[in-house]
Amino acid sequence: MKTCLVVDDSKVIRKVARHILETLDFEVREAGDGREALDSCMAATPDVVLLDWNMPVMSGMDFLRALKDSGLPQRPKVVFCTTENGMAYIRAAIEAGADEYVMKPFDRETLESKLQIVGVA
Amino acid sequence: MHFPNSTPPGSSGAMNLISALLEQRTGQQIAANRAWRIETALKPLLREKGLASLDQLVAQLVATRTGDLGDQVVDALLNQETSFFRDAAVLDMLVDATRALQAETPERKVRIWSSGCSTGQEPLSLAMLFDEGGMGEGLAAPEIVATDVSPAALTRARAGRYSQFEIQRGLPVRRMMTWFDGAGGDWAAKPELLRRIQFRQQNLTADAPPPGKFDVVLCRNVLLYFSQDVRRQVFGILASALRPGGLLVLGAGETVIGLTDQFKPCDRFRGFYRAIETSPARRSAFG
Repeated sequence: MKTCLVVDDSKVIRKVARHILETLDFEVREAGDGREALDSCMAATPDVVLLDWNMPVMSGMDFLRALKDSGLPQRPKVVFCTTENGMAYIRAAIEAGADEYVMKPFDRETLESKLQIVGVA
Repeated sequence: MHFPNSTPPGSSGAMNLISALLEQRTGQQIAANRAWRIETALKPLLREKGLASLDQLVAQLVATRTGDLGDQVVDALLNQETSFFRDAAVLDMLVDATRALQAETPERKVRIWSSGCSTGQEPLSLAMLFDEGGMGEGLAAPEIVATDVSPAALTRARAGRYSQFEIQRGLPVRRMMTWFDGAGGDWAAKPELLRRIQFRQQNLTADAPPPGKFDVVLCRNVLLYFSQDVRRQVFGILASALRPGGLLVLGAGETVIGLTDQFKPCDRFRGFYRAIETSPARRSAFG
């Protein structure tokens, strides 16, 4: 079973994502900000991180940079999942090392499609 | 006029008449166990026209005797389910096959017909693959002709404009960045991508195929809506559009077996079908 770390400061979004991911046979972990997400990755690397952009403590972009510098032997796939839907944001995320990008709001098909594209579903 | 949240009522007579209209115009059938689709699909049209039920819609269809309302009903009933890079492995194999066909016939461009293209995601996916070097160095990108029976779907395909949900189904973000621009909440295909495709309206069960012979015909997830008899008829049309030895690509779960002897399974590209060659003059390498 693949593991997905859902990183979002909204409990509702985490709950919705968890529900969808569990129907896609993922084991789901949750983090409320980038710092918690980084700690979670250091403890056990998930297969994929579903990552919000704007969060308290540590943003999604800061998490991505920290993950790059973390020295983890195997980096998880990172799929941004955010309301920042402009091309400039998307380009910045991909240039910073994100593997895919989900524009909120999302549905099951969108999430499944993007996870297939990064090779974890 | 007030409409309840539940689906508007429709008598079985109205449902039968609407089903018959769809079948007459497009050859598509709605199975009895999917009759609920009629009410669901037509609900927005009923609302737009201020009609309270399918019976009222049928009464208006009979009274007006003009094609416009009928066209709108048929358009609403057509299943336009599609996505970018649907069954991506099939498209990758198609690119390999197209490259091989082009190498066999360097004197002309390979021609591909995407039939039942709905809102255009299939031909756009092909155009992206070929433009990104799918043909290899020195080989021209193939000509792509895309057809659908639905004028509304074709209008959308020609515009190349997709909602946020549609653009995210099957399309990798890097390709989206390369080939699409943001357009007020939607995403619009760049003109240089759209220019690679000729869109035409064509009814597979009633119209001649697009002019000229094709090397490859895709007809994926279309035949499943037709009766066995209509499928046989459509296979004849598809065969007439293909060059001898050309390839037919169907959807997963669709087959020619037991329906036509105009195609045989292709040895080299599994899941594809080869048009039977009537003349030994030119043998395809696909066996």
